[in-house]
Amino acid sequence: MAKDILVLGPAWPEVFLACAAMALLMLGVFRGESSARLVSWLSVGALAATALLLSGTTPERGLTFGGMFVIDSFAVFMKMLVLLGSALAIVMSLDFNEREKIARFEYPVLFLFATLGMMMMVSASDLISLYLGLELQSLSLYVVAAFRRDSIRSTEAGLKYFVLGALSSGLLLYGASLIYGFAGTTSFAGIARIMVDSAGDMPLGVVFGVVFIAAALAFKVSAAPFHMWTPDVYEGAPTPVTAFFSVAPKIAAVSLLVRVLVEPFGPLVGAWQQIVVALAVVSMLIGGFAAIYQTNIKRLMAYSSIGHIGYALVGLAAGDETGVRGVLVYMSIYLFMNVAAFGAILCMRQQGRMVERIDDLSGLAKNQPMVAAALAISMFSMAGIPPLAGFFGKLYVFLAAISAGLYALAVIGVLTSVVAAYYYLRIVKLMYFDDPVDVFDQPIGRPLGLVLAGTSLFTLLFFVYPAPLIFAAGLAAAALYAG
Amino acid sequence: MYTAVVLLPLLGAIAAGLFAPWLKDRGSQIVSCGAVGLSALLSLPIFYQVALHGQSRTIELFTWIQSGAFEFVWAVKFDTLSAVMVLVVSVVSSMIHVYSVGYMAHDKSIPRFMAYLNLFTFFMLALVTADNFGQLFFGWEGVGLASYLLIGFWYDRPSANAAAIKAFLVNRIGDFGFALGIMGVFLVFGSVQFDTVFAAVPGKANDMMNFLGYQVPAITTLCLLLFVGAMGKSAQLGLHTWLPDAMEGPTPVSALIHAATMVTAGVFMVARLSPMFEYAPAALAVVTVVGASTALFAASVGLVQNDIKRVIAYSTCSQLGYMFFAAGVSAYGVAIFHLMTHAFFKALLFLVSGSVIHALSGEQDMRKMGGLRRTIPITYALMWIGSLALAGIPFFAGYWSKDAILDAAWGAHSGVGTYAFWLGIGAALMTAFYSWRLIFMTFHGDTRADHHVMEHAHESPNVMLYPLYVLAAGAVLAGMIGHHFFVGGGQEQFWGESIKVLPQHDALEAGHHAPFWVQWLPVAVAIIGIGIAYGLYIRNPELPRQLAARFKPLYFFLLNKWYFDELYDLLFVNPAHRLGLSLWKKGDGDIIDGYGPDGIAATTVRLARRASLLQTGYIYHYAFAMLIGVVVLATAAWYLLGRAG
Repeated sequence: MAKDILVLGPAWPEVFLACAAMALLMLGVFRGESSARLVSWLSVGALAATALLLSGTTPERGLTFGGMFVIDSFAVFMKMLVLLGSALAIVMSLDFNEREKIARFEYPVLFLFATLGMMMMVSASDLISLYLGLELQSLSLYVVAAFRRDSIRSTEAGLKYFVLGALSSGLLLYGASLIYGFAGTTSFAGIARIMVDSAGDMPLGVVFGVVFIAAALAFKVSAAPFHMWTPDVYEGAPTPVTAFFSVAPKIAAVSLLVRVLVEPFGPLVGAWQQIVVALAVVSMLIGGFAAIYQTNIKRLMAYSSIGHIGYALVGLAAGDETGVRGVLVYMSIYLFMNVAAFGAILCMRQQGRMVERIDDLSGLAKNQPMVAAALAISMFSMAGIPPLAGFFGKLYVFLAAISAGLYALAVIGVLTSVVAAYYYLRIVKLMYFDDPVDVFDQPIGRPLGLVLAGTSLFTLLFFVYPAPLIFAAGLAAAALYAG
Repeated sequence: MYTAVVLLPLLGAIAAGLFAPWLKDRGSQIVSCGAVGLSALLSLPIFYQVALHGQSRTIELFTWIQSGAFEFVWAVKFDTLSAVMVLVVSVVSSMIHVYSVGYMAHDKSIPRFMAYLNLFTFFMLALVTADNFGQLFFGWEGVGLASYLLIGFWYDRPSANAAAIKAFLVNRIGDFGFALGIMGVFLVFGSVQFDTVFAAVPGKANDMMNFLGYQVPAITTLCLLLFVGAMGKSAQLGLHTWLPDAMEGPTPVSALIHAATMVTAGVFMVARLSPMFEYAPAALAVVTVVGASTALFAASVGLVQNDIKRVIAYSTCSQLGYMFFAAGVSAYGVAIFHLMTHAFFKALLFLVSGSVIHALSGEQDMRKMGGLRRTIPITYALMWIGSLALAGIPFFAGYWSKDAILDAAWGAHSGVGTYAFWLGIGAALMTAFYSWRLIFMTFHGDTRADHHVMEHAHESPNVMLYPLYVLAAGAVLAGMIGHHFFVGGGQEQFWGESIKVLPQHDALEAGHHAPFWVQWLPVAVAIIGIGIAYGLYIRNPELPRQLAARFKPLYFFLLNKWYFDELYDLLFVNPAHRLGLSLWKKGDGDIIDGYGPDGIAATTVRLARRASLLQTGYIYHYAFAMLIGVVVLATAAWYLLGRAG
């Protein structure tokens, strides 16, 4: 046990990222405010280097820090997505922050710390490390949500997120303490052992503990009915932060949810499957129906992301390896199409000011055909129209649900995606068939343009060669079930 | 060569239809006429080899559908029957193609017209060369489609569209029977291949089958079902109403589709299926009665019509009746003989009437014609030839074939045969009368057209006249030349295997020995008919009107075509219309839309409004919602666990 503590091998990427983040913080402190752009690019570089280190780690399962930290294919896959999401969010923020006069060097550094927290979450194999990672991530995110300190909406968003986040942390800790009280251990492996031993006669406290932990994590992934903070925070936070919120932390939280439910509480699948089904159904319904009345594009995206989490949970509800593979594929595709959508939203500026009303998109196709095309691709993909990537995401989760016998869930999923298609396609209709109101500012900036082009092309052309992603997701899911 | 005959018109249709922008009007005319002309030329050596030298053959192209025991092969089957049909179809069709170049010269969409004509020719050739029921059905539906397209060719005329739809729908009734018949054939014989089925027929002559819950004789039922199809396509009594309306199409279309070829498909089918019909005497009796009744009915309606094309249309209907009752008394060869001669003289008559219409700038009402014989003498002469052939005056084409039909009907020595004979004689009298009524009203007497029109009246251009000469030659000579082979001494060798007649049914042979008066009665009544027409329309032009006034009910009964259309409207069309209206308004509008699309959409909007109301913005509401969620989930998990444990 004592020897394990010194074995840092599996955690090298995290160690590097932690050091890099602190170094960049120092750099920023010494160079002053003007260093924001430099620190941003260096942060992106640090994320890229972390990804490189990550890809160099052995694919075999490894434990360290006294069994609190695990590395396996699943963790690598999810961390890659998290790193990619964070890097894209930083790149998208560059021009935005300068224009909005909030370009500070702390911004990318906070992103790095949040990312570090997410990586810890993904690799957590103990309730304590789970909580540590979660809090590191959350504290960083509370700050960036309120990053525009002079804006009431931004600070309100940060505060709401903080208060409700604290509540969810409380739920998590309460659940964890219940589990510890009944199981006598906080390690996932230990809990799993006890679950198997007492399979026939599960103490009620453990079940409640699982429910509390699941509820806390559902808050993090913004699954309904724990989604209430999402629209307000998404609307209030600066747009690139919203973009970040909607991808990286979600991916991390989903992977945490998957790991917690599958690894320590796998034997309890009968109990948590129903919880996940309920979360999925309510999320899909809220995501489908509540979005229809939104007039703010960021609120709309908030509901959209709630709906997407619902679809991802459909895969988890299947409770088997194909289901988890579906979740992974779905989250990967979701990352790309969501970044593309936010990239297009970031282009919505008139006379130097951000505009966020959906109606402002009217006639975009006539003024900025490329941006309109990117947003249209993203919307079609989110609506799940073949052959775009989003269709395949839905395909894999629904396939898993069907093969697990969850027919009703799959049917509800398909029906709500029809409802959701309404507001996605309405945006396309506005852009292509309505008369232009005001012209958006041009140019949109090179980094943003590249992000937009890249993610849109991925969404558009995924169907040409989907095998690598599907294969990697399959491996990752298998790793989770092997362990 | 054999395949090319069938496929050339298809290629022509594709070229003229799809490449119209490059070919222009002239190019599409050349392509389509060339394709059909080449087909016609190729059909001559084929006829020589197959029909005259008895070298029938079947060329299988490829299998289209194979599903279990069902196999559907594309093939071209050439025996005497199909060789005759291919010859008639391709020759008449090519003449009409050429004629159309002149007739349609002023039309806006010449390439489309030529492409449709070509397409029709292809389907017709595919129909007559079918070697299985499937391909027969394919051609059958294909000609129906082409007919629909061509009747409605002038789609900006509401009456043309209505006629096209009517033709399509009435044919659909027939085709329903036809399709049922084909399915029945597959059910009983396990194959749709002609040869297989025909070989199995004698063994199943007395089989029964279950149809609509009744045990019925299999072969007879199948034959009757198939005959329903023939009735639709060949406009026999009951399903004839579409044919006169189909005259809304351009005149070359009427000549080609609604006189010479498509409408004879039913006769062809009965002849082709003679090995089946021979074992279904009851079905043959039905064919005879329907044919004879149609012959008389249509001729009687033709007596009083005033539209020049409608007169000829009813005449066609009536002549088709002759063909059917010939087939009904097992004289299939005679039926086909009449089909061939009729194709020539009826196409001629239609095209000549087209010439008249062309000369009078589109006028079709005979009451506004008259005195045209000096203005358009060639047309006048050709009309005489066509009418002489139609009336069966010796020694024009119609004389040979119609005489043979009536002889055969007499020779059948059966109740239905005698019925057919006398009705046929009556129809012959009327035929002669309305033909000469047409001639006298159109060409003789003083003109009743307005003088503007008369000033412009002119003889047709040569491109329209030359095809008429060819058809006129056919109308004069086809009977004399064909008599020996089709019905005379050479007929058994000529038809070979393609037509089957049981020895006890050989009415044709008996007909050769008919008494003298039977042989000459048709000619006599024809001359009487001409005489009456002369008396009424030349000697005493006032008499027809007085007669019409005197026998008003009869006159209107005939003028309104025995009130068939009105009867159908009352029995079928109006109830169907009412049913459709109520299903649309109540069923679809109120129930399906109300609870379906509209209702769901309204519900969605309601739910959406409620869902967004949940979002109050107060943080304690959010926290409350979260805690409620935890409580609900915990309770659910507890309950589930309790149930599991």
